[in-house]
Amino acid sequence: MWDYSEKVKDHFFAPRNAGAVENANATGDVGSLSCGDALRLTLKVDPDSETILEAGFQTFGCGSAIASSSALTEIIKGMTLDQALLVSNQDIADYLDGLPAEKMHCSVMGREALQAAVANYRGEIWQDDHQEGALVCKCFAVDAVLIEETIRANSLHTVEEVSNYTKAGAGCSSCHEGIEAILNRVLNERGEKFDPNAVAGERQKPSSGLTNLQRIRRIETLLEAIRPNLRRDHGDVELVEVDGRNIYVKMIGACAGCQMAGATLSGIQQHLAEGLGEFILVLPDSELSRRKLTTAASA
Amino acid sequence: MNGIYLDNNATTMVAPEVVSAMLPYFSEQFGNPSSMHQFGDKVGRALTEARRQVQALLGAEHDSEIIFTSCGTESDTTAILSALRVQPERKEIITTVVEHPAILNLCKQLEEEGYTVHYLKVDKKGRIDMGSYYNLLSDKVAIVSVMWANNETGTLFPVQEMAELAHAAGVLFHTDAVQAVGKLPINLKESRIDMLSLSGHKLHAPKGVGVLYLRRGVRFRPLLRGGHQERGRRAGTENSAGIVALGKACELAMQTLEQEKTEVRALRDRLERGLLAQISHCFVTGDPGNRLPNTCNIAFEYIEGEAILLLLNRLGIAASTGSACSSGSLEPSHVMRAMDIPFTAAHGSLRLSLSRYNSEAEIDYVIESLPPIVAQLRKLSPYWRGDGPVSNPQDLFTPNYA
Ligand SMILES: Cc1ncc(COP(=O)(O)O)c(C=O)c1O
Repeated sequence: MWDYSEKVKDHFFAPRNAGAVENANATGDVGSLSCGDALRLTLKVDPDSETILEAGFQTFGCGSAIASSSALTEIIKGMTLDQALLVSNQDIADYLDGLPAEKMHCSVMGREALQAAVANYRGEIWQDDHQEGALVCKCFAVDAVLIEETIRANSLHTVEEVSNYTKAGAGCSSCHEGIEAILNRVLNERGEKFDPNAVAGERQKPSSGLTNLQRIRRIETLLEAIRPNLRRDHGDVELVEVDGRNIYVKMIGACAGCQMAGATLSGIQQHLAEGLGEFILVLPDSELSRRKLTTAASA
Repeated sequence: MNGIYLDNNATTMVAPEVVSAMLPYFSEQFGNPSSMHQFGDKVGRALTEARRQVQALLGAEHDSEIIFTSCGTESDTTAILSALRVQPERKEIITTVVEHPAILNLCKQLEEEGYTVHYLKVDKKGRIDMGSYYNLLSDKVAIVSVMWANNETGTLFPVQEMAELAHAAGVLFHTDAVQAVGKLPINLKESRIDMLSLSGHKLHAPKGVGVLYLRRGVRFRPLLRGGHQERGRRAGTENSAGIVALGKACELAMQTLEQEKTEVRALRDRLERGLLAQISHCFVTGDPGNRLPNTCNIAFEYIEGEAILLLLNRLGIAASTGSACSSGSLEPSHVMRAMDIPFTAAHGSLRLSLSRYNSEAEIDYVIESLPPIVAQLRKLSPYWRGDGPVSNPQDLFTPNYA
């Protein structure tokens, strides 16, 4: 049985804002019948202030889908549309004191319904993120196209590496076979063979010829150079750990919850890679604690 | 424990008589049945007795045809791998799309290893087409493995006829009878079934004990090699308490087979009629005229099964669903998909599986409790408005992102 938090149970057994809002002026329909989840979000938005006055949901789905929908409506009521758009699926999960990894996709659906509803209000057509490929990792909503591109761009060889780069497979692990199939295909194209027993390569020794201390100092200097950019957006970045080619940073302020955090990270990565003249990976500090946990667990 | 247990196809309560029969084998009767002293001898005799009890329930000709294993999955695996090893020149397997993962995942692996697996399809009622089966039988096929009763819908396959056809074609026949044993009369000596799997915990014995029936004369290769236990066909010191328990459970099942056919079936039918009469837009899945007497599987349209289970659980009612979300697989069960049940209904399938320990009062409580739960969830559903589905639900609500 799922280990649902009390909050999840509460929102499932006594959902808030269930049903369609009367005279709604924004509607977002998202979902996937084959996954067994579908959600219609209706909003009543004040045209002058763009504030969400009322929010209602109708959900076809499991306990956590219903709870996530209920939580979403509670979170966004009273927000402006712009504020609401900043709500991430993690925020929904946090509001519910967490969701089981396998159920994270339920909160993704909530966020997408919101984006669709806002697009509907603004007379835009909402394009979801996953039009291109079928979802492979349902826990973190990662599709085949993204996985394939990441494998190509970074010459990945193992499922573990794919999980580290894309998060795909880092949840319930039921998609590992699917990821293997993609690895198999991409590696075949390159004339290589997928070796399921390969372990993610030993952390490569930095190739810049710098000592560790020199290297860390260089990284700090490089980060310093981009700080003004981040600060202009009321954010900042802090170096947390350097472990071989993996550089862990913490996004601070506006950058932290920002939807663009991923893009920012890859910008930083490019900047550092160029400055160091070696292949490195910039990862969020959350990844560091996760890895510590998994190494501790496997020890 | 309080509560109404209607999930007997998942596992069953260990019968009190079974518990008392097995307890001594945890304490004073701790000997190794292979040992040459009184401690072992007593246990050895108990195993012999258990073997006879299983033999009787299965209607097997010889007690040596009973091999004790650790579970249904082990029995299934042993049967299929043995058939492949004794006939290395035969590289094909016939099975069905609705088998338990114990068979399906093994077959998937064997396909990777180069074997060809033919999966018999089922129709909307979960039935197979005997014609296509017949056409697949050839001297390239090492084994046919077809379940006797489906764990989700209870639908029965005509395994005795299928075994006859396989035998005539010179092909070994195995049946996963994990759900059938104890619920239906079985008489193996009158059949052409070569191998049969059963699992203790589905018939009121504990978990962790199973049986592979192996017809005398059928060539065999063990899965586990080691000591000479089970005549060298399954090495490993016997789970004596579990085996004694399974023997006792089989003895009880012999006595209650009639009850399954009459009382349990009547309760199941009462439950089903009661629910169908009160709830619209739902239907029985599988082949209602040809199924286990204890199983009822109803698909409720436009709602999702895990949500039903959570609400039932709050009332102390235990059941199960073929919905994706309960398993974390995110796809509705392969059995529902194989029967081509629309997604809107497949996710709302609810399996209620009874046992002889259920009472009429319990059933009536469920008949009373479930309709409001379905109504409550439909009220939340975007496919539903008022008393029925929105007209043309698939068009009116077409969510983005498929
Ligand atoms: C049809 C069928 N086969 C095999 C099994 C597996 O049995 P066990 O859990 O003893 O391995 C089950 C039980 O879940 C089953 O229902």
